[in-house]
Amino acid sequence: MNALLETRLLTIRFGGLCAVDCCDLAIAPGQLFGLIGPNGAGKTTVFNMITGVYLPSEGTVHFDGRLINGRSPVQVARMGISRTFQNIRLFDELSVLENAMTGAHQHARINLFDSLLRTRRHHREEQRQRDKAYRLLQFMGLEDRAGLPAKALPYGHRRRLEIARALATEPKLLCLDEPAAGMNTGEKAELAVLIRRIRDELGVTVLLIEHDMKLVMGICEIIQVLEYGKTIARGTPAEIQRDPRVIAAYLGGA
Amino acid sequence: MLRTAGILAAGLAAAFALNLLVANAIPPYPALVINLCGISIILAVSLNVINGLTGQFSLGHAGFMAIGAYVSAYFTTTLRYFDPEAARYISQAPLLDGLWGFPLALMAGGIAAAVAGLVVGIPTLRLKGDYLAIATLGFGEIVTILLANFRQVGGTKGLTSIPGHADTFWIYGAASVCITFSLFFQRSTFGRALIAIRENELAAEVMGIGAARMKVIAFIYGAFFAGIAGGLFAHLMLSISPANFGFMKSVEVVVMLVLGGLGSMTGAVVGAVILTILPEALRDIEREVNLSGLRMALYALILILLMLFRPQGIFGQRELSLKLLRRLVPGRRKESP
Repeated sequence: MNALLETRLLTIRFGGLCAVDCCDLAIAPGQLFGLIGPNGAGKTTVFNMITGVYLPSEGTVHFDGRLINGRSPVQVARMGISRTFQNIRLFDELSVLENAMTGAHQHARINLFDSLLRTRRHHREEQRQRDKAYRLLQFMGLEDRAGLPAKALPYGHRRRLEIARALATEPKLLCLDEPAAGMNTGEKAELAVLIRRIRDELGVTVLLIEHDMKLVMGICEIIQVLEYGKTIARGTPAEIQRDPRVIAAYLGGA
Repeated sequence: MLRTAGILAAGLAAAFALNLLVANAIPPYPALVINLCGISIILAVSLNVINGLTGQFSLGHAGFMAIGAYVSAYFTTTLRYFDPEAARYISQAPLLDGLWGFPLALMAGGIAAAVAGLVVGIPTLRLKGDYLAIATLGFGEIVTILLANFRQVGGTKGLTSIPGHADTFWIYGAASVCITFSLFFQRSTFGRALIAIRENELAAEVMGIGAARMKVIAFIYGAFFAGIAGGLFAHLMLSISPANFGFMKSVEVVVMLVLGGLGSMTGAVVGAVILTILPEALRDIEREVNLSGLRMALYALILILLMLFRPQGIFGQRELSLKLLRRLVPGRRKESP
């Protein structure tokens, strides 16, 4: 199988604690893949190992056929993996539009002197970033907030802006870390539609960590379940819902 | 690009006009304070790129200023053409002399400081917060101690009889170039990258912004203009010694930024002007009431009051713009569409 992202025996230990133990993931291009599990199961740690924030103790991460573990977050980002954070990390003092524009920075093909002298290349680059950022704000339904400082946005919009910023990097794989956390039912339904449109219209593969079962079961095609760092199940939503080990993990003992 | 040339030309023209005014209508002492204001503006605006935009707390600005001052002054005073075959100096005049030698000497000082910025920046910018402040503070001390121990540049006595090339035109010309470039830097994809690093370094890296590289670029940029400011200072004061560029000089520039509002270019300019004029103005008050030492007490009091009542600085992170002016003028407020 030609996976876009494949991890083999991915393991990380913090002192004596084995936070993630032999995690095998295989995500095909264009898939909507869900990673679920109870609190503390190691889902965000898997994200951090994929995006270069943590160095795995053992195991490999292959992306697009290339080995990527050991690379820095910047290198991983430039290879086409983008992510959001469980605790939102926006650039508060920049405007909403400027936040999205920072995502497009890595594709800038100008140098500092272009900007200091305001050459034509500089103006073209600014226009490119503005257009790209504005299109993505429209996509996420934030275009009428473009001029506000990011710190002035309400919570649900902050989450969406983080996704818009991640999409501005033109990723092949988008990793969403609990995008629906703290949202109300209406906002969650809108988000589900948006995530599916990201895959269908922008052609981005999505790896989703989420606690909201309705959202995950509704949009993911394949789901993998972690508990105490170990994979306990993998399959379609229907299979996962019937799996006795998953039910035990979530409801506590069968 | 044409517009940039226009803006720079306008800045130089304004500096030229100011020079005529200062040279013909202003007594020497106030003229000196005006010139020192210009040098402070260059120092504060360039440090604002490092401390304000990038959020990297550097206390080494006086060190870069010293390098620029000594290198440019060395070119205009001591360094001569040396003919290796005849093993003697060809001319008695310094290598970079006269009106056209001076800008080249300034550039040499700026470039030397920028190179120092690169060499110091690569290892130290891995440090964060207080650790970076201590490392850059150490760099500044090393520079002054090295200079004090080099006999070629006069040791602790320093360099003297430097030609007085730096008039109001050169100082304010350089200041307008520095302000223009710094504003253009701030309002570009690189400026946004710097602010992103300040706001959240991990998120910036995950966006593919090479934080380490951008920090070094900001450091080199700031060091270059600190070097230019040093060169101007040397050719204004006519003599320099390591004591001019001690730890307190770096702190002074940081205080200018904090006073004006860290991150605001307008604030940096205003802070630089206030903190250059204030000690001189207080000197007059001190003489009036005949109480020596009052000056420093008042100076400290003003800073304490500022921190109590406006800790974000005069401008916060805002810039002086037409929009802000419109908001400050009552009665002309337009309802937003």
